[in-house]
Amino acid sequence: MTSETILEVKEISKAFGGIQALSNVSFRLHQGEILGIIGPNGSGKTTLINCITGFVHTSSGKVFFKQKDITGQPPHKIAHLGVTRTFQVMRPYYSLPAYKNLIIPLFSPRARKYGGWRGGGKLGDRNTVCIDILEEIGFERDSFVPYKLASALPTGYLKRLELARCLALKPEVILCDEVFSGLSASEIASMIPLIERLQMEGITLVMIEHRLKELFRVADRVVVLNFGQKLTEGIPEAVMEDERVKEAYLGSEDLSDYV
Amino acid sequence: MTLKGGDVRQERIDRGIKVRTGGIYAVSSWKEIGYLLIPRLVLIVGLLILPLAVTNLYWQRVISIVGIYALLSLSFDFLTHFVGLVSLGGAFYVGVGGYMAAILNTKLGLSPLFTIPMAALGGAAICTLFLLPCLPLRGVYFSIVTLMYPLITARIIEALNILGGTDGIVGVASFPNRWVEQYSLFGLLLLILFGLRRLVNKDIGLVFRGIKDNDQAVKASGINITHYKAAAVFISSGMGCLGGAYLVHIYMWSGISQLALDFSIIPIASTVIGGGGTLVGPVLGAFILVPISELLRAFGTLRIVFYSLILMAFIIFRSEGLMVYAQRKYHQFERWVKV
Ligand SMILES: Nc1ncnc2c1ncn2[C@@H]1O[C@H](COP(=O)(O)OP(=O)(O)OP(=O)(O)O)[C@@H](O)[C@H]1O
Ligand SMILES: [Mg+2]
Repeated sequence: MTSETILEVKEISKAFGGIQALSNVSFRLHQGEILGIIGPNGSGKTTLINCITGFVHTSSGKVFFKQKDITGQPPHKIAHLGVTRTFQVMRPYYSLPAYKNLIIPLFSPRARKYGGWRGGGKLGDRNTVCIDILEEIGFERDSFVPYKLASALPTGYLKRLELARCLALKPEVILCDEVFSGLSASEIASMIPLIERLQMEGITLVMIEHRLKELFRVADRVVVLNFGQKLTEGIPEAVMEDERVKEAYLGSEDLSDYV
Repeated sequence: MTLKGGDVRQERIDRGIKVRTGGIYAVSSWKEIGYLLIPRLVLIVGLLILPLAVTNLYWQRVISIVGIYALLSLSFDFLTHFVGLVSLGGAFYVGVGGYMAAILNTKLGLSPLFTIPMAALGGAAICTLFLLPCLPLRGVYFSIVTLMYPLITARIIEALNILGGTDGIVGVASFPNRWVEQYSLFGLLLLILFGLRRLVNKDIGLVFRGIKDNDQAVKASGINITHYKAAAVFISSGMGCLGGAYLVHIYMWSGISQLALDFSIIPIASTVIGGGGTLVGPVLGAFILVPISELLRAFGTLRIVFYSLILMAFIIFRSEGLMVYAQRKYHQFERWVKV
C-alpha cells in the first residue's frame, strides 16, 4: 500500500518510574489500512495507544495526525479530531442500558458536528441513532439486548459496545485494544466481517491483538513490539517468518499457540 | 436462606402498573395517572401545608431553616450521586451566597426580590471559579480540598477584619412576612427538585452520570469533562448560595457562622437517611433530621450523642435510605421463590 499517511508516531518513548514501557517507537499508519500491533504481554502495546490518544503523556517523541502535531493534547481533543480508541479493560457505563451508553458520545461536539446518521434531521432522535449504531455493530435491533443494562451484557456485546462508542463519533481512525480477546472463535468469526466493513467505509484501523490467526485475516501490515521496542514491521507473512519475532514469542509462549 | 424447608430466595418484581406507566407507554387510566401523581402530590401538598400547620413561633423559624438544609442536601445529592464529586463545600456556598445577598442589600439597598436571585447566580459563578482548580481532583481529595474553603474563608474574614469581621454585616432586610419567606422558599425547593429530576434523565444528565461512572470513557468520547464538572458545580453551588441568601434575610444578619461546617455535614447525613441518588430522599431526610436535632436541644451537650445514635441506627437498619426503601415498596412486590 502506498497511500498517504494519516497518523505518524515519531520516536516515542515512555517510562513509568524505572520501567521503560516504550523506547523510540516509530511507525506510520496509512489512510484506509488495518494495521496490527502485536507483541508479548507487557511489551507496551496499550501504552502506545495511550500515548497516541493523550491518556498518557509521552516522555519524548511526537505524534502527528494528518501532518498536525497532536503530542500532549488532552484525550477529548484528540477524540474530537477523529482519532478514537477502545479500552482493553472495557469501560461501559454499567448503570445505563446499552443503547443509552451511546448518548454520551453522541452528545460530544464532534458527533454533533458530523452527525446526521442516516439523515435523521440534525441528528434525529438520539435514542434512535443509538439503536441504529448498535444494529450496525451487531446488536439485534428487535431483541431486548440493546435495552439491557450494560452490567448485564456478556463480554461479546461489551466489546461491540466499545467499538460502537467509537463509531458514534464518526471516527477517521479507531485504535482497538484487544477487541478479540475473551471472545470465542465463533464470536470472533462474526466480528471479522464487521471490521472489514468498517475498513470499506473508509475508517483506518489499528488493532492490538494476541489472537494472531484472526488478526492476520484482516490486517494489511503488522508492527511487532517487544520490551517497548519495535522489532519489525511488514506484511503478516513476512513478519511471522522473522526469527526475532519467533524468538520474542517463544520467550513467553509458543507461537503455534497463537497461529 | 432456608425457610419452610428447601432453599428459597426473595424475588422482586415490578408492579404491572409501574411497567405500564414507566417510560414509553401511554398512561391510559385514572388509576395509572393516580399511581404517577399521588407521590408527587403528597410531597407538594405536604410542603404547602407545613407553614399553615406550624403555629409555634420557634418552630416556624425551624421550618424555614429546614428548607435551606433541604436545598443543601439536594445540592449534595446531585453532585455526589449524579456527577461523582463529593463536595464538602456546602458551608462555602452558603457563606458566599449569604455575604453577597447581605452586601447587595445593605450597600446597594436592593430588596430580597433582587438580592436572592443575584446572590444565587453570582455566588454560583464565584464558587465555580474558586473550585475550578480542584476539578481534576478525584474522590476523597476533592472532598478534603472543598472542606478547606469554608474554613479558610472564615479565618480570612476574621484575620483581615473584612466583610464586617467577627461582627458580620448587620441590618439586612427581612422578608415582608413569613408567608412570603416560606412559600417562596418551598416553591423554589420544589421547582429545583423537579427540575433536577428532569435534568438527570436528559442527555446532558447522562453525560454527568457518565463522568461519575467512568470519566475515561467520557474523555475518549471527545467530551471535555472539566466543562461538565464546572457546569455541575455551578448548579450545585448555586443552590447552596440560594440557601445562604435566604438565611441572611431570615436572620437579618450575615456573619462567619454562615461558614459553619453544619452546612457541609448535615446535608450528608440527610442524604444518607433519605437515600442517596433519589434527589427527593435527601429533601425528606432534611425534614426529618433538622427537627430532630432541634428537639434534642433539650438534652444539652448530650444532644450530639443522641443525634449520632439516631444516625447510626438509620445507617445500620436502613442503610439504603428511606426513599430507596419506599420506592421499592411502591414500585415492586416481593415474593419468595424456590431455587
Ligand atoms: N500506568 C502505568 N504505571 C506504571 N507502569 C505501567 C503503567 N501502564 C503500563 N505500565 C507498564 O508498562 C509496561 C507495558 O505495559 P502495557 O500495558 O503497555 O503492555 P501491553 O503490551 O499492552 O500488555 P498486554 O498484552 O498484557 O495488554 C508494563 O511493564 C506495565 O507494567
Ligand atoms: Mg495491553
